[in-house]
Amino acid sequence: MVKPEFDRRQTMSTAVNNIPSQFEVLDNPLESEMTLSMGPQHPSTHGVLRLDLRLDGELVLRAIPDIGYLHTGMEKLFEYKKYQQGIVITDRMDYLNPLGNNLVYVMAGEKLLQLEIPERAQVIRVLFCELQRIASHLVWLGTHALDLGAMSVFFYCFRHREKILNLIEAASGGRLTPSYFRIGGLMMDLPAGFDRRCKQFLDDFPEALETFDTLVTGNTIWQSRTMGIGVISREDAIDWGLTGPCLRGSGVDIDLRRDNPYCGYETYDFEVPTETDGDVWSRFMVRMREMNESYKICRQALERLKPGPIKADAPKVVLPDRDDMRKHMDSLIHHFLIVAEGFNVPEGEVYMPIEASKGELGVYMKSNGGPKPDRVHFRGPSFVNLSALPVMTEGEMVADVVAIIGSLDIVLGEIDR
Amino acid sequence: MTDKLHEFVAKLKTEGPAWVSEVKDALGEVTVTVPRENILQVCLYLKTGLGFDLLADLCGADRGPEEEPRFEVNYHLFSTTHHQRLRLKVLLSEDDPSVKSVTSIWKTAEWHERETYDLVGVIFEDHPDLRRILLPSDFDGYALRKDYPLRGYEPYSMN
Repeated sequence: MVKPEFDRRQTMSTAVNNIPSQFEVLDNPLESEMTLSMGPQHPSTHGVLRLDLRLDGELVLRAIPDIGYLHTGMEKLFEYKKYQQGIVITDRMDYLNPLGNNLVYVMAGEKLLQLEIPERAQVIRVLFCELQRIASHLVWLGTHALDLGAMSVFFYCFRHREKILNLIEAASGGRLTPSYFRIGGLMMDLPAGFDRRCKQFLDDFPEALETFDTLVTGNTIWQSRTMGIGVISREDAIDWGLTGPCLRGSGVDIDLRRDNPYCGYETYDFEVPTETDGDVWSRFMVRMREMNESYKICRQALERLKPGPIKADAPKVVLPDRDDMRKHMDSLIHHFLIVAEGFNVPEGEVYMPIEASKGELGVYMKSNGGPKPDRVHFRGPSFVNLSALPVMTEGEMVADVVAIIGSLDIVLGEIDR
Repeated sequence: MTDKLHEFVAKLKTEGPAWVSEVKDALGEVTVTVPRENILQVCLYLKTGLGFDLLADLCGADRGPEEEPRFEVNYHLFSTTHHQRLRLKVLLSEDDPSVKSVTSIWKTAEWHERETYDLVGVIFEDHPDLRRILLPSDFDGYALRKDYPLRGYEPYSMN
């Protein structure tokens, strides 16, 4: 007796008739391409990123990022705000590295104004940017490990990040939105006893780094989940415009702190870690070693901290001290004019790049002579690094997509702006 | 301008005399204005001949509705070998705001050009996938143009 052929199609179509085409039940799911929408509420996308995953079984044929869920029109807003008001907007872009955003914005303004920044302000800027870089990398390490199933690393990382945020809060009053750097210098000087607190943190930090190493670096599960995953070659990395740890993970020895120095970085002694494999593991190792280099720069900056002015000598641009305003008429006038009308910036255009924690953070600023910029454009490292995701994920397993996203260290606030 | 950049600009001028319409050196940065029909050749020569292998940034700007030419596109190039930076500028008129896409030279231009199209409204010819990237696909107008109001024309609703 011949067994009757089981017609799956017939039994399927009898159930519900009016199914929209995208929810249609496929007859043979394993024989055709499947589209899976990952995000924007997926916790491993580090924000509101949506990926259109085209899958063949568990293999990723193509991952198409869909961004814009956090778009707030910041670049438009800059054109309607005075230069000093724009600083607070930059805090909200890459919210894990706000001091880097502050720095690049004020340095673009200073370049247009041709301001000389005093030594102490430069040293404090370097110190805070490096502390912020460590804090940013700690969030990356914690969340990256969390994505791959190592829960406890997260708590260790956030405990140490909290100490850095306390230091930033002591100096600026804000934990995540410090707005500490101003065009012409700093908002205010460091509080009394800051050196001691900072030293205390730095004394503890090498031990913490060792803890992280013990927790993840030597872990065989960690190694097998990261090695050989999401490979991008040296040529592709340059072609796709990768910068920062992602580029150095592919063997390109570029660090703007050394190659296009700013803030006096050329006088500090530090190394630029690079790896050659271009996989998730390489990018992980670069960031781990970078934390140690940042620690070394912090130490040197703390030693160089000498008393001195923290604001440039430009009374028409820099807000005067409160004390001066009570004693001098001209200080009061300048204060009123800067706050009420803003300061005029000479005509011109600049592109100011810095090495932020995630890569090259650049700002294109154009002035037409008034107190408000004509155009401000941010080149976010996360934006460009994310655009290379399709290349890295092609042919990988679907479970490794979160590992690759984690290794890019993206912040959606900066991508969508 | 450093000596090296001097040399590069001179080389660019000898390679194609029609490629450079203006060279500006201000605030330590060099801006080379390129006629829009030559941008592809200039970029290709800068990448293969002079080593500007990384496109750091590409952004558009609106100079205002009364200006002519109204739009500009800025290309910020960087070299991973000699660490120099160069800005290319293309000026576009309001009637025909289109320029050849450089995605065939640098893949990273893909998203930058989509963003410029989305916010400023510059059309990049031969772009593989030119659609809006930050704003929804049914958004009306170009938000970063000077005549677009800060709060938009009407409250946007997703339908």
